[in-house]
Amino acid sequence: MSDSIHKTTFTMPIGPIHPAIHEPIRLDLSVDGEEIVDVDVAAGQVHRGIEWIGMNRNNPVQSIYLAERICGICSACHPFTFVQAVEQAAGVDVPPRAEYVRVIVAEMERIHSHLLWAGVAGHEIGFDSLFHLVWRVREKVMDLTEYITGNRNSKAMYQIGGVRRDITEEQVPTIQKTLDYYKSVFDELKKLLLDDPTVKMRTKGVGILSREDALRFCAAGPTARASGVATDVRQDHAYSAYADLGVQAITPDVLTGTVVGDTYDRIVVRVLEVKQSIELIEEALAAMPEGPILTEPKIAKLLAVLEKADGEAVARTEAPRGECMHYVRMKAGEDTLEAWKIRAPTYANLISVPAMLIGQQIADVPIAFASIDPCMSCSNRAVIVDRHSGARSELDGEQLHALSVEKTRRLNSELTGK
Amino acid sequence: MDILSARDVEQSFKDALDGALVATRIYEREVGLKKSRYTSLWLDVKRDGFRAAILHLCQLQEMPHFTVIAPVDRGESVDLLYHFSLYHGHHLKAIALAIRVTLQKSQLTIPTISDIIPGAIFAERETQEMMGVKVTGIPDDRRLFIPDDFPQGVYPWRRDETGPHDMLRVLSGRQGIQHE
Repeated sequence: MSDSIHKTTFTMPIGPIHPAIHEPIRLDLSVDGEEIVDVDVAAGQVHRGIEWIGMNRNNPVQSIYLAERICGICSACHPFTFVQAVEQAAGVDVPPRAEYVRVIVAEMERIHSHLLWAGVAGHEIGFDSLFHLVWRVREKVMDLTEYITGNRNSKAMYQIGGVRRDITEEQVPTIQKTLDYYKSVFDELKKLLLDDPTVKMRTKGVGILSREDALRFCAAGPTARASGVATDVRQDHAYSAYADLGVQAITPDVLTGTVVGDTYDRIVVRVLEVKQSIELIEEALAAMPEGPILTEPKIAKLLAVLEKADGEAVARTEAPRGECMHYVRMKAGEDTLEAWKIRAPTYANLISVPAMLIGQQIADVPIAFASIDPCMSCSNRAVIVDRHSGARSELDGEQLHALSVEKTRRLNSELTGK
Repeated sequence: MDILSARDVEQSFKDALDGALVATRIYEREVGLKKSRYTSLWLDVKRDGFRAAILHLCQLQEMPHFTVIAPVDRGESVDLLYHFSLYHGHHLKAIALAIRVTLQKSQLTIPTISDIIPGAIFAERETQEMMGVKVTGIPDDRRLFIPDDFPQGVYPWRRDETGPHDMLRVLSGRQGIQHE
């Protein structure tokens, strides 16, 4: 926009407690009336120095539990990635049965995470009945997770060299029962999330990320796939039991015939991935070999092996939000890691946020920003700055949410003519 | 776009970079019951040839997927590992690629790659604030995760005197973390 026009813009701070995801991040939006002209992301309000602790205080086994606490939603993907990186660096083998248990737990997490997100998306546009319904459906997989691992979240299943608990023969019917439940409600769920006029109205054409931008900004996971980039770590770098299962990346054209890269497409991808996860768990249960689940059950012996290890490795997994990567370097004689770098998926996806929001209205911020399923522990608020006077004002989450709800009501009444 | 094997990618870098390529390593591992192969390629590149290496990488694929920079304090020097993933879209065809540049502590600078790969900006900002490596030509010089009131010249991931050791609160009855 040319300066000579002297258009008045305003910078609007959104956060650090973001209205969409109740986690700390700040978005500084430069707005021209209702239209967003520029976006700046201010991260770092929950940086806890986890990598530092892994390099200076914890031994690698203790760091598994720390990695599990990077995120409260995806508490399988971080330990999963971390143990693989350490296993490669130290040359620890994993029994085949453990690989299948790992994949089953990771896929249960994807079902719960995608459903959690779908509920939040409904809430963002003021569609709270959808939110309550989806979260009720989600409870079944939470119950199953508790049944298998002993906890709804922070499952403590992953160990260097295998898993800590087996999935026994008598547990399989309960797993199958839950999967059957999801299969029975899937079509209904899909119809609610993808065919509802309110959802369509608020998500189609909103927050578009082009394929080119998704590649340039190195987007990951459903955010990249919804823009037509057929990338999925479970396919590209197939790890663990995924190498046997043959996962294919899901892009929205499978269902809709085209790729738009908008918020709607991101819902399409996640809904279809719920079904994919159900099928993957079934396949994994059928193909799971017999055998031990842990190479070295004695922690002291394992730690002795790890202390002698000298080497480096990188491991990637497909977390519900996209590519999760851990790099570790181990030095013989040191009980902590020499280096640990974690790259969680939102770290990558935040870079794409400005491209999605520019040109949108303020009322579209909650749903468009939520559409990348941001997770701040992976990687802050909204500030409004007047472009003319440079004045700053703050808009809190509730005001922003109210704007979004109002927009839905307005469009709905236009739609129904009431 | 042709999908090259890790060995061909390695060779193409040897041809393109000539003397700037210090060492290469291919790591292969069996995955799953069907014994599929997972491949990663590690390249050690001199700082002078680093941008040429990234430009060559962009010749192999329209936009290589950049993951992150992993900086390691190795005592006398700092290693920067640029992690990439080549060839998405096919079962186990992707190559995990790591490009390492070793920098002496007397000269901790690295040219930016954000002009070539815009998605690298967060990692470059993080490398500056956490490891104290100056990224020359970086389009956005601000801190990313560390708050503005954190002291200048302290880098959390360093293991030398510029590390944050003096800032740690040691609980009574416990020993502080020793460093040389």
